[in-house]
Amino acid sequence: MTASTLPALAPVYPEVWLALAAMALLMLGVFQGDKSTRLVSWLAVLALAVTAVLLSMQPGAATTTFGGMFVADSFSRFSKMLVLLGSAFSIILSIGYIRTERMERFEYPVLILLSSVGMLMMVSANDLIVLYLGFELQSLALYVTAAFKRDSGRATEAGLKYFLLGALSSGMLLYGASLIYGFAGSTGFPAIAKALSGAEHASIGLVIGIVFLSAGLAFKISAVPFHMWTPDVYEGAPTPVTAFFSVAPKMATMALFVRAMLAPFSDIGADWQQIIIVISALSMILGAFAAIAQSNIKRLMAYSSIGHVGYALIGLAAGTEEGIRGVLVYLAIYLAMNVGTFACILAMRQKDQMVEGISDLAGLAKTHPGMAFLFAAFMFSMAGIPPLAGFFGKFYIFVAAINAHLYALAIIGVLTSVVGAYYYLRIVKIIYFDDAVEPLAKPVRSELGAVMAVTGLFTILYFVWPAPLLAAAQTAAKALFP
Amino acid sequence: MPLLSIVTFLPLVGAAFIFLARGPEEIVARNARSVALWTTTITFAVSLLIWLNFDTSTANFQFVENVDWIGAGINYHMGVDGISMLFVILTTFLMPLCILASWNAIEVRVKEYMIAFLVMETLMIGVFCALDLVVFYLFFEAGLIPMFLIIGIWGGKRRVYASFKFFLYTLLGSVLMLLAILYMYFTAGTTDIPSLMKTGLFSAEAQNWLWLAFFASFAVKMPMWPVHTWLPDAHVEAPTAGSVILAAVLLKMGGYGFLRFSLPMFPLASEHFAPFIFTLSVIAIVYTSLVALMQEDMKKLIAYSSVAHMGFVTMGIFALNTQGVEGAIFQMLSHGIVSGALFLCVGVVYDRLHTREIARYGGLASNMPKYATVFMLFTMANVGLPGTSGFVGEILSLVGAFQANTWVALIATTGVILSAAYALWLYRKVIFGELTKADLKAMLDLSPREIAIFAPLIALTLWMGIYPAPFLDVIAVSVKNLLDQHQTALAAAKAVAMAAR
Repeated sequence: MTASTLPALAPVYPEVWLALAAMALLMLGVFQGDKSTRLVSWLAVLALAVTAVLLSMQPGAATTTFGGMFVADSFSRFSKMLVLLGSAFSIILSIGYIRTERMERFEYPVLILLSSVGMLMMVSANDLIVLYLGFELQSLALYVTAAFKRDSGRATEAGLKYFLLGALSSGMLLYGASLIYGFAGSTGFPAIAKALSGAEHASIGLVIGIVFLSAGLAFKISAVPFHMWTPDVYEGAPTPVTAFFSVAPKMATMALFVRAMLAPFSDIGADWQQIIIVISALSMILGAFAAIAQSNIKRLMAYSSIGHVGYALIGLAAGTEEGIRGVLVYLAIYLAMNVGTFACILAMRQKDQMVEGISDLAGLAKTHPGMAFLFAAFMFSMAGIPPLAGFFGKFYIFVAAINAHLYALAIIGVLTSVVGAYYYLRIVKIIYFDDAVEPLAKPVRSELGAVMAVTGLFTILYFVWPAPLLAAAQTAAKALFP
Repeated sequence: MPLLSIVTFLPLVGAAFIFLARGPEEIVARNARSVALWTTTITFAVSLLIWLNFDTSTANFQFVENVDWIGAGINYHMGVDGISMLFVILTTFLMPLCILASWNAIEVRVKEYMIAFLVMETLMIGVFCALDLVVFYLFFEAGLIPMFLIIGIWGGKRRVYASFKFFLYTLLGSVLMLLAILYMYFTAGTTDIPSLMKTGLFSAEAQNWLWLAFFASFAVKMPMWPVHTWLPDAHVEAPTAGSVILAAVLLKMGGYGFLRFSLPMFPLASEHFAPFIFTLSVIAIVYTSLVALMQEDMKKLIAYSSVAHMGFVTMGIFALNTQGVEGAIFQMLSHGIVSGALFLCVGVVYDRLHTREIARYGGLASNMPKYATVFMLFTMANVGLPGTSGFVGEILSLVGAFQANTWVALIATTGVILSAAYALWLYRKVIFGELTKADLKAMLDLSPREIAIFAPLIALTLWMGIYPAPFLDVIAVSVKNLLDQHQTALAAAKAVAMAAR
């Protein structure tokens, strides 16, 4: 029985590789010093790409390891791809910024890699303990990156705020997990599901546990009413960090949320779906209305992300295979739009200084026609106007909502999307209708331009061939409904 | 040969050429103008092939293309029948004229302007060709983006307000339609329009909700009273060609939507809500005509008159008889040409004096005789004088309404008188009277370019007024089929109700 002392490692190869790569890059950075940041950054992107290759080589069927605590299935693969893409894009976006803003330290890409390892673990968690471990690894690295610009008061404040509230949410999550363990008798998702099978309703203690668990997760995806940190942290953190916050952790936590609700608790759906419905509706409403008054583009994007999380949660509230497919497609499209938008925001410079005011975009259409065009495309896409990708994201979500008879949620969703359209249009208006007071600096850095072009093309041309992404999401969603 | 796809996407090819143009601004602008003119002209020529090869003896969809797209019952399905075909031609016919009308009027960002117009053309043609609800919705909604930019960038003083109002109003109506589309997809398992037209798919109660959701979208687009208020703002602020497109094509999407979706897919609800539509229509006809009488801005007056004319259209459609529906379609086509021409007439003097205030004008007959003649013709067509296209549409829809409800027809007829009042009042103020103001005296008559714009419009207005048969022939079979199916559906529902008793 010597073979059984070492668990099968094949399902965790990507995570192991990424962790090793992160440490190797750390060593490289230590020996080469801060001048190697650029090299470390590109190697980190390479490491993420290799991870993606390792992921794609995994077998199609679900495999578990570590005594069933870790699962690798098509759902986790799809979500991990999104996480890796988000992390890679964020590193590319940061390369120029950390140099010009004098925060060029090699730890930055390493921290993103470590955080990504945590996210990959979260996505594959099949046990409350692994869930917590991945969650904390991810969070601790994120807290540091938020305050990475040490000599900036705003960034330090953002980091501290994020840390304090994040610790609170971790506490809630842990408390919820312990209640669930107490009332269901296990921390493993399959075991919990077995304990609950056939039950009409959960015991009250278990419901409280689920509420606390959801609260902890809702905090991380900044769903209302746990969104309060988002605008401040988004505004205060360095922009590439904000870009990172708004994609990769959201993808991972949404995926975790989906699995943590569906894998153990699918039999008592009625008990937790009402929670999701409420936070989804509140997020959409708050995201739409609160963004109207913003004048800082990063703050606006914070509220926009709250709204988008609300839409994605509709799919989870539906709790069907179709709904999960909708969530995954939505996340993939959101990733592209959001990364593209942040590439545009990072290109907003006036005379060697980053600017963040929405009004600084005035006249962009005349000074930077290409960037203006893509920025407008991202905004229309976020507003959900066809034929841009954002429309299809909402489309699949609403299909699922209608099929699950969540009519009220669907109606709230479309109405808030009209309200949301107002503030996205406001940006288009400033870009296209207004005249420049002080034009933005030229030229746009080449890697930012490349990211804009790639995500922009995806956003604009997605409608031509929507089938592959949909099929992949379909397979992924199927994995959760054996 | 996928003729419909070619016609639909040909303008995009032109747009791509303009998009890639580089060089000094002046040369780019010149090239953009001519590329746009050539593209739209060729598109029009190709679209005539549709009409030439159109079989007027069948109500089936023709030139059908069906390609797998999203899958699971959502396909790229295109095709035209007698109801939609002429709208395609109307769109392609007006586009070259719009480009010509913008030739000198647009001086800044000519490249972007032409791209926006060509993209707009693709989307408008697509709306009338789409035979899948999702494809339709895509074209229908995407049209908001270029129109928003056209009003917002090249519009007048209050362009920002007008463009936002236009966008948000229309979007609000459309998202409810989107939910209805999803519900239909869920119930029927497909978004294929011909399949959904088969009766008996939806229960009477579901039909009512779905009908209302579609109504929300089409009523705004139409626009019907009381959700018409975006139209005067959008019209006034839009550049001339933008107003033409708005009045001539975008408004028709509402009426087309009622005919394509509401009537055949929700027959019971259409019957149920017909009195409601009648009420809104006569209010629109009388009320907006009275409002038009009070306007001081030329474009605003024509915009309100559009709302009134669209009232005739909705009234005709929901009269649910041959004359009514045929009249409504004819009225839409005629209004597309006449109101488009009237906006162009306003554009002519606006280009010269840069004001649309009616009081600033007067006595133009003495120094602009050609203009006065052209304006006279279209004013008469707008009033519905026999011999012009406006007469045929109005009389047919009134006859249809008379059969359905005498009172509605009676009140609507007073609208005809009111329309004569405001149209002639406008004409008298602008054209007659004494030519006193110096800047007016200096105004030149129509240029050859402007005559080239108006000539085809005049010919078509008279042709449709004097010999409407070729147009009505195209429409007739499809309308008959539509109404037959409607009657069958009602009879079936009645039989079910009897059996249940």
